[in-house]
Amino acid sequence: MVEYGDIRVVYRGGSKINFRKPVISNDSRFLLCASGESVKVFSSVTEECVHELRGHTGQVTGVLLRPSNHLQVYSCSTDGTVRLWDFTDGILVRTYVVGYPVYSIYASLNHKEVVFIVTPVQSDKRTELFQLVAVNLPQTPDQLVEARDLSAVLSDVSSNPSTIAFGRGGEYLASVNNLKMEIYFFKKNKSYSFSLREYTKNGGKNTFTCIACHPKDDCVATGHDDGKIRLWRNFKQKKEYTYSTLHWHHSAVSSLCFTPEGTNLLSGGVESVLVQWRYNQENQKDFLPRLGAAITHVTVSPDGALFSTSHSDNKITIIQSCVKVSAVIQGLVKGENVTTGLLVDPRSKALVLNGRPGHLQFYSLQRDKLLFHLDIVQQEYIHEAGLEQFEVVRAAFDASGLWLATVEERKQKSAELELNLKLWSFDEQTQSFVLNTTVSAPHEARITAMCFSQAADSQTTTLVSASRDGHFKAWQLGLPAHTDDEGPSWSCDFVGAYHGLVPRCCCFSADGSLLAVGFQEVVTVWNPTSWELLTTLSQPPGDVRNLCFGQLSCSKYLLGSNNKKMVCCWNLLTCSLEWSTSMDVSLLLVDSRSENMAAFCCQDGSTDLFVFKPSEPRPLFSQKAVCSGRVIHAVFTPREVMLESSEESSQWLNRSQLYFLTEFMDLLTFSTKAEEEKLMASSKQLVIDDTVAMTPFYLLLGKHRHEHLGNEESAERTPLPQSSVAIKELLQTPAHVLPATSFLCSMFAKSLLISVTETSHHCFLSSSVSVVQISHSLYRGALSLTFSGVFWCKSYKEFKFYPLKIAS
Amino acid sequence: MASFKPTQIPDLPKLGEKITEDTLYWKNYKAPVQIKEFGAVSNIDFSPVSPHNFAVTAFTRIHIYGPFSQEPVKTFTRFKDTAYCGRFRSDGQLLVAGCEDSVVRLYDVGGKAALRMYKGHTKAVHVADFTTGRYQILTASDDYTCRLWDIPNAVELTAYQEHTDYVRCGVTSKLNRDLFITGSYDHTLRVFDSRTEKSVMTMDHGQPVESLLLYPSEGLLVSAGGRYVKVWDLLKGGQPLVSLKNHHKTVTCLALNSSGQRLLSASLDRHVKVYNTTNYKVVHNFDYAAAILSLGLAPDDESIVVGMTNSILSIKHRKNLEEPKETSKPRRRPSYRVFMKGKNFVPKQDDYFVSKPARQHLAKYDKQLKRFNVSKALDTALEAWLRRKKPEVTVAVIKELDRRGTLKNALAGRDEEQLSRLLCFVIGNFFDTRFTPVLATTAEIVLDIYQCVIGQSAVIDRHLIHLQKLLEKEIYYQKDLMEILGMLDTMFAFSLLRKETAVAGLPECHTAAANVEIFKIVFEQSTCLYT
Repeated sequence: MVEYGDIRVVYRGGSKINFRKPVISNDSRFLLCASGESVKVFSSVTEECVHELRGHTGQVTGVLLRPSNHLQVYSCSTDGTVRLWDFTDGILVRTYVVGYPVYSIYASLNHKEVVFIVTPVQSDKRTELFQLVAVNLPQTPDQLVEARDLSAVLSDVSSNPSTIAFGRGGEYLASVNNLKMEIYFFKKNKSYSFSLREYTKNGGKNTFTCIACHPKDDCVATGHDDGKIRLWRNFKQKKEYTYSTLHWHHSAVSSLCFTPEGTNLLSGGVESVLVQWRYNQENQKDFLPRLGAAITHVTVSPDGALFSTSHSDNKITIIQSCVKVSAVIQGLVKGENVTTGLLVDPRSKALVLNGRPGHLQFYSLQRDKLLFHLDIVQQEYIHEAGLEQFEVVRAAFDASGLWLATVEERKQKSAELELNLKLWSFDEQTQSFVLNTTVSAPHEARITAMCFSQAADSQTTTLVSASRDGHFKAWQLGLPAHTDDEGPSWSCDFVGAYHGLVPRCCCFSADGSLLAVGFQEVVTVWNPTSWELLTTLSQPPGDVRNLCFGQLSCSKYLLGSNNKKMVCCWNLLTCSLEWSTSMDVSLLLVDSRSENMAAFCCQDGSTDLFVFKPSEPRPLFSQKAVCSGRVIHAVFTPREVMLESSEESSQWLNRSQLYFLTEFMDLLTFSTKAEEEKLMASSKQLVIDDTVAMTPFYLLLGKHRHEHLGNEESAERTPLPQSSVAIKELLQTPAHVLPATSFLCSMFAKSLLISVTETSHHCFLSSSVSVVQISHSLYRGALSLTFSGVFWCKSYKEFKFYPLKIAS
Repeated sequence: MASFKPTQIPDLPKLGEKITEDTLYWKNYKAPVQIKEFGAVSNIDFSPVSPHNFAVTAFTRIHIYGPFSQEPVKTFTRFKDTAYCGRFRSDGQLLVAGCEDSVVRLYDVGGKAALRMYKGHTKAVHVADFTTGRYQILTASDDYTCRLWDIPNAVELTAYQEHTDYVRCGVTSKLNRDLFITGSYDHTLRVFDSRTEKSVMTMDHGQPVESLLLYPSEGLLVSAGGRYVKVWDLLKGGQPLVSLKNHHKTVTCLALNSSGQRLLSASLDRHVKVYNTTNYKVVHNFDYAAAILSLGLAPDDESIVVGMTNSILSIKHRKNLEEPKETSKPRRRPSYRVFMKGKNFVPKQDDYFVSKPARQHLAKYDKQLKRFNVSKALDTALEAWLRRKKPEVTVAVIKELDRRGTLKNALAGRDEEQLSRLLCFVIGNFFDTRFTPVLATTAEIVLDIYQCVIGQSAVIDRHLIHLQKLLEKEIYYQKDLMEILGMLDTMFAFSLLRKETAVAGLPECHTAAANVEIFKIVFEQSTCLYT
């Protein structure tokens, strides 16, 4: 056995993909977006992540296509570097070290090998001031280049990247900040600034929020806080500028974008409606409503065929020319508050938590992908700030995954609390949850805890909900009361209370024979079949925070933690305290696959983890300072394949994994070295072949390709020199009966390759250059050649544009 | 782009009685025909042969009614005093009746004068019936005796003197010509066999027995007396099976429906209750205007006849189901071909499918909500048929508007007619507990908005005053209910205390406040004992 046991905390899934504007590649096949410390390349058709460009050590703050080569992309990060990537292959080409944190990046066709970046003003210690800086990128073949040739262009700009735009291919640049717009002309080296008053007569806020420049015309569109869009014209002279106002949005315009031809202007805001304004006919507008969540960015592909909108719920929608949503790339939705906690769906093993407002999201941990959203509230969500809406606050699964219970609530300022308890049954046919019972106002006050009886074999399952009104209620599935009812529904079976105290937590034992309810300082144990109070366990003073029963061999223990920094373990056979220890446990949870329990302790700003068995005095595993801040939710998820580890400290991770959520909404987990190695091995085998869209044209050509593949196989079997055959086939058959050259190219190139070995790459280059020079449209086929080695690819890219330049 | 989610109409729990097969069956009767008799109707008996005439005994007369006639087809008036218990023989030819003057009279159904008079009882005869042998008559009287008479010779065959009080009810067995059962005010039921000298079985009902009923199988006997209806198992030697206490006054009469699945009991409390004979639960209830003395059910339950103390005879006939079908012509529907047009088309292998998106059908108010036309949506929801037939839809739309935060906008700017319509709806449904929370906020907002126009329109003012009166009434009710709840709590606490003191052995206390205190202490002690 290899020595394992090097356990470390890793980020798992759900990094933000809506942080910055995404970029669509020139051929509309890829969509690139900044995601945490990497850049993700998604296929715009299949929604899969094709590559992840890793290398930055800080958060990536911008992605930009290289104007002179559309297969390369710049990315900037707060770690002070700008990196150049080849995104089709996922290779880092060059790293430019700037030395200052970069917040956004811009480039234009007019300025070759110059990028514009936004950095904080260094002379001032305050970080609120930012400046726009032009960076000359030195052209050296080195991997790591120092870019120190900086020149300030504009000072006092906003760090928000949507507040700066380049007009007419880089003739001028426009920037807005608060109430001031500044337009800088590169040729004249002069800038004009325009400012608005803070409030209009009607009280709307005039603050600028975003800007977009028309690609052909001298026109700048700005979005404002009150939902207005202003189109500025004739700004070449300071005095004679004019503007017209468009108003549809009811709250701030968050993003503006012109289509590449300049015929349309796209705008989006919190209403989650994409508005398309006709340029010069502004009273005509098209809408694409109900996109799901507030729009944060709008982008258009360079050919104008695809639009993409980023949304506040960590989602990117790809839209085909403002008509149809063609793809949705959805990340893990992180709201401000995960009230349901982390749950595991016993059926799909997916992580379940609050998603979009009024929804539960099912997130596959194995595939790092959001599976689906379950609509709990089933009401039209009104996108309006300050409106109180129904929120899912509690959820629970039963042991078999057949039932899901959810609680939604809505609190208005004046009116009473609205509560709904909903029970969902899993439908085998549709493979989703179907609403079975709605109980309106199940309790008079907020529900503090809810759990299902965990016994998997029992026929009837029981749900227990505890509320702040001092009662806990047991719900059971009953037979229909009337003949005209469709099926069984849930009804209240028992209402329990204890001295008017407020129940805070409840928990069923593993076999479902005992129910423990923590009433403030007293733990009561009930019999769920006869509903009689069996015993009460008093403990040193302090409100009970968590309760859980031991599992398997430790099922005779009941553990509880209170807010007076105590953890107690009772033996249920003797009804006495087995042990207690002084720990400030914020979260106590049990692994359903083993006897292990995990306790998160919060101590001066960081959290410690202890994993222990209730029957053993020594913890199995402990780690100080797992993460900064409090851990608010955690869950053990069962593994699909058991790990085999002999190391004592990592044995607790063999059967299940521990996921936890910090107060900064980071989803973290523990991973062992063996697991990481396994992951690395599997990711290398991952091959994605989705580069061609499924169009009718492809279907026609696909047949040709399959035929060709068959031909090749037969050709390989013959010992004849294939090269000559292929060349003959290519050159002698009439051109109009040949398939597309891109298909023949691979065959042609292969025929040339036949005698080439690993050692003779360089001599081959000359021939490959000739291939490229025959027709530049062949490069796509040549790309599919399976060469290894960065050097070749790099130099090949250099060649590719060489003939292009000759042609132009 | 997600589709618009329509307003949810909650599936509210239905109020009122539950619709079961029984309620449907027993409600399927026409409005009753009321006939005024000369005195309290003491007995109703249906002829066993078609056309199933029925004899109604009231005061000094017996009227015989046809199944659908409102006038008596025949009247027997030759009684010196109040007649009792006019009953048909199993062939429907003869009729026997007791009388206050202790003489039992036998009539031919076709004739007028009595065929025979049976004299021998010394007091009023309340029970008279034919035995299955067809040639004997059973009578029972207030002189505590029951006798058997030979019909042709008018001779007394046997007399039993076992009861110690008035004998007011009796039945003869339909299967055995020698068996009969009597019930008396001495609380006993006695089973007699005419072949023996003495009663063969005695059962104690516990109350003066008013009525008896034998099941068609004659394994079970039902007796009514006092507020109780009791079922006895004769085959197990008169073992009590069930005791039913569903009336709150004396039960006077019993009947079984034609299938034998439902038992009916009528009482002085003006109710007729229908029981299921498998579980003896009440499945239906009829209300009448006065105390009921007699009850009869026509064969096949074609009619229910009830006689009351206010000398009214009420006849309910079953509704005929065939009638409405003949009047309405079935509308011609489009042919099968229309619906199947193009449905059975089989696509070829290379065909490219163009899927047509399914159109979402929205209600009118949902369409308006989708366009954020809130006032119009409220107008649509307040349309006459919607607010009358489906108030839950109107309330759901108001709730949705409230959720969207636009209820105030929707309610504002209404003219007199629209406002009065809105207020009418609020007043009509305000005290439906399912709607109260929503309508209370609505009423509040309406008052806030239209405060300034109060006094300008008489209609609106009237509505507002009505609303105010309703509210005051409701507050008064709630206060009363709270008081009752408080009383109940005290009583429960007291009854619990007795039990607990027995366990804990504490001395009893007298004042109510002290009781509650002790109850608390005892409860805590007992919980401590548990631990």
